[in-house]
Amino acid sequence: MTAGMPFYVSPEQLMKDRADFARKGIARGRAIVVLAYDNGIAFIGENPSRALHKVSEIYDRIAFAAVGKYNEFENLRVAGVRYADLRGYSYDRSDVTARGLANAYAQTLGAVFTQESKPYEVEIVVAEVGATPDTDQVYRLTYDGSVADEHGFVAMGGGAEQIETGLKEQWREGLNLSEALVLAVGLLGADPAGGQARELAPSQLEVAVLDRNRPRRTFRRITGQLLERLLSTDDPTLDAPPADDGADTSVRDATTNPQTQRPAQDGRSE
Amino acid sequence: MTPGADSGRLPAAYLVPGSSSFTEFLSAQAPTLLPSGRPLPAGAALDAPHGTTIVTLTYAGGVVMAGDRRATMGNLIANRDMEKVFATDEYSLVGIAGTAGLAIELVRLFQVELEHYEKIEGTLMSLEGKANRLAAMIRGNLAMAMQGLSVVPLFAGFDADTGVGRIFSYDVTGGCYEEHDHHSVGSGSLFARGSLKKLYRRGGTLDDAVRTAVEALYDAADDDSATGGPDVGRRIWPTVGVVDDDGTRFVPDDEIAPVVDAILASRVGNPGGAR
Repeated sequence: MTAGMPFYVSPEQLMKDRADFARKGIARGRAIVVLAYDNGIAFIGENPSRALHKVSEIYDRIAFAAVGKYNEFENLRVAGVRYADLRGYSYDRSDVTARGLANAYAQTLGAVFTQESKPYEVEIVVAEVGATPDTDQVYRLTYDGSVADEHGFVAMGGGAEQIETGLKEQWREGLNLSEALVLAVGLLGADPAGGQARELAPSQLEVAVLDRNRPRRTFRRITGQLLERLLSTDDPTLDAPPADDGADTSVRDATTNPQTQRPAQDGRSE
Repeated sequence: MTPGADSGRLPAAYLVPGSSSFTEFLSAQAPTLLPSGRPLPAGAALDAPHGTTIVTLTYAGGVVMAGDRRATMGNLIANRDMEKVFATDEYSLVGIAGTAGLAIELVRLFQVELEHYEKIEGTLMSLEGKANRLAAMIRGNLAMAMQGLSVVPLFAGFDADTGVGRIFSYDVTGGCYEEHDHHSVGSGSLFARGSLKKLYRRGGTLDDAVRTAVEALYDAADDDSATGGPDVGRRIWPTVGVVDDDGTRFVPDDEIAPVVDAILASRVGNPGGAR
């Protein structure tokens, strides 16, 4: 046998090595929490960067959150936007679903895990906000292409297990946005080793929501003063106001046909 | 449309970083979905519905765009309540004249193009960038235009840097020209432009601009049979879109109705609207 040839490695060992490798990469990053609140789904992560996002809009009611290697999940995010926009353009906006996208991601992650020289060191969540909390969908996808249909909350990244334990104890249905954010930020700041909890300032956080009551594009980033007010326990702000960024004046309805862009106002009288 | 039919895996091209243009992605992945992606048999002219007149004018702090509701096919009225002014994103409007089917598809693609860019880049495209993207799409339609299926849009948007509304017009070859104060396209544009010249006041209010736009369409309909006037019987009013600092919106019908009624009243016994 020549020097460059590898020794025999059993498939079990190979998969285990790859999984360990991916898990280590993912655990190095800061965690992200995804949790349902009464009017939508909130995404909270520790991320001091204003430009390199871990949470992003995919489509009208669908968002993407990821931990792990930035260049890898950024490629997946862009692919998701392309997938969704192409599908919505060829059919209708209402035909783009989180389930379809989660399937495509699962196949992609699974294929990369088994076929390529190294697995993606990422874990992602694809979430879709429904008309009511019962119809919300949250899918968690791991580096090997496994999909889990989650209910209520997900934590991923470094220290995710402790955060999930905390969420199991404290999350309940019908939290308002302010309560949901305070809960998530408290758990993100907790020290997994049991030491002093860190106080996370709003400027260190990346927060976004899928707000079920917004027309068409439900994704929205929450920053600055609004975030400070939501996180402050003595401020009465409990939810994102409907129109403080002017986006609620959006005229486009959830449809791709420009002819039906404002059905409520159409002057049809026949 | 369905990723990688064999495995369900997203095709490699989806995962390639680079272009934030949806049109470019579409022309590589599904070229038949492009409005210009269908080869046409040479020669035969086609009788397809045509959209007619669009007018647009600036006012202090924004821009108004209005279109009549008629589509014609030869001497027939193909549609009497068609929308021809569209919101393309939060800060822009497009109005279309020409072959209706192609024009609407083009607007749909343009809407996705702008939103796709916004999502991938994380920021809005500049107003001139939007105007240029639209020009590229019109240019892509040149082969169709040469067979009589032309689309001539009018683009208006709010320039957040300078705080003013701006207007861009196009020709069938994709030439993009910035217009000042006001402009009109479509079959009745000759008459609408004449009307706009006399009615336009620089730095006017939104209400003045809406009235001027509706009156210019009235004058176009007065002399051009393909432009639909206000349809009092059916209560079909022109589409009037506005873009300003607050974004894009449409003037609701119950606000347009009094404007139309005032114009109709002022033209009784004075059909040309002499001042």
